[in-house]
Amino acid sequence: MAERPVAISVRNLVKTFDGRTVLDGVTLDIYQGETFVIMGGSGCGKSTLLRHMTGAIKPDAGQVYFQGKDLTLMTEEEKERIKRRFGMSFQSAALIDYMTVEENVSLPLREHTKLDPQIISIIVKMKLNLVGLQGYEHLMPSMLSGGMKKRVGLARAIAMDPEVVFYDEPTAGLDPIVSAVVDKLILDLNKKLLLTSVVVTHNMESVFRIANRVAMLHQGRVLEVGTPKEIKNSGNAIVQQFLKGEIEGPINIMENGHQGARVGKP
Amino acid sequence: MIKLFEKMGSPVVYGIRVFLDFMHLSLQAFFWIIFGPFRDKPLKHKTVFEQMVFMGIQSVLIVFFVMFFTGVVLAMQSAYQLSKLGGTIYVASLTAVSICRELGPVLTALVVAGRIGAAITAEIGSMQVNEQIEALETMAINPVRFLVAPKLLSLFVMLPCLTILGDVSGILGGYVIGVYNLGINKHLYIQTTFKYLMLKDVYTGLSKSFVFAIIIVLVGAYQGLKTRGGAVGVGKHTTISVVTSFILIIVADCIVTGIYYFQNM
Repeated sequence: MAERPVAISVRNLVKTFDGRTVLDGVTLDIYQGETFVIMGGSGCGKSTLLRHMTGAIKPDAGQVYFQGKDLTLMTEEEKERIKRRFGMSFQSAALIDYMTVEENVSLPLREHTKLDPQIISIIVKMKLNLVGLQGYEHLMPSMLSGGMKKRVGLARAIAMDPEVVFYDEPTAGLDPIVSAVVDKLILDLNKKLLLTSVVVTHNMESVFRIANRVAMLHQGRVLEVGTPKEIKNSGNAIVQQFLKGEIEGPINIMENGHQGARVGKP
Repeated sequence: MIKLFEKMGSPVVYGIRVFLDFMHLSLQAFFWIIFGPFRDKPLKHKTVFEQMVFMGIQSVLIVFFVMFFTGVVLAMQSAYQLSKLGGTIYVASLTAVSICRELGPVLTALVVAGRIGAAITAEIGSMQVNEQIEALETMAINPVRFLVAPKLLSLFVMLPCLTILGDVSGILGGYVIGVYNLGINKHLYIQTTFKYLMLKDVYTGLSKSFVFAIIIVLVGAYQGLKTRGGAVGVGKHTTISVVTSFILIIVADCIVTGIYYFQNM
């Protein structure tokens, strides 16, 4: 496993918002071609970690490497070039309201390439076909269901044939069947497009359906990293409480809010 | 450094930070308008045209009504005073000069700030809270180039056009009172209007409208991009945007008028 090429490497990442430490020395390696899931409770810093990896947020300390280059030291122009190799699927899908499905999916192509509009239109059809939404090109985002919006967001994320796709809560707010469909899409896209996927979620079923490796984040620190099987058999009480969704345990939300448990004190 | 000072709670330093942020946004917007084509990133004609229709064409009716009735009121008020001096004929020139130098540009800008400034903040603000701005950034699309620069260019062109329309509407309002109420001969009214209305009265007014266009778009966009906190945040920032634009328009009007005044124009 260690010999596999690393796509994204995070080293001692620290981020504080208004005096509250959200990331407290996170270190991770994400290998090329794998589906890496970051799980953890609400407010544990997983979305913040994802945004550091996409270059949207600058850390207070630490480094994020993409194929050996430190994102945190790049100029805006260098970062823009790197970002074109990323795709991101947002929790709210984040489709541009006043654009049709086709305009949304084609947006990065129209902005960053000089392709003929007809070719762009064919690419959009192909991408929508991949997410099972062919024929929906002319609809507005407001006319779509939550699951369809997520799939259009996914089609937009892969429009530029990225090397890495980031998913922020891809199944949040979806019913179990649509969640399973989205999970299957993530797996299919990984296989067909040979992507590296980084998924942030707290949906346990999703985690075990799609992950090659899982990291459990708690209070801004990585508690454990391993295969789904290793995580399932973890001896860490926090991990076990989280997996089983139990009220009683080291994480005591009722008494201490989200910051109930201390890392290293299972 | 600025962050450190801000934590110390100094409102002055916070104000400086806001000012610097605002200047940064302004420079970026102008940069993309002027240098975008040289960097292979010109503004999209279609977007600029759509914005021009929204900002300009769709504001025609409101600008016409506001300025027409302002002209009517101005003519009635000045006739009340001038009739005592036996100079009702000067209603024509007084209305025209006041409208072109002052009321036309300022009232048009205030109306447009209420309509367009609020729309810009609400649009960009809701895009901000719905992760759409972040989505643009993740796709390596600069939100200032994509959203703000076309709006700035559009209003920069359309506000002076609306101001000319406002000037004409105001003069027409004065004409209606002058001719149909005060009984001034219509040819004499038009003659008196253009006898005292100089070209510089029109272009000093128009020069203000360029400044007002910049204020309306950049304040609207700045507040939109700073929006946090869901629907409540969008409402709050939209209000701040309109209020700030109104104040800055009046202050800028005072400054520009002062510049012309002290240059003996």
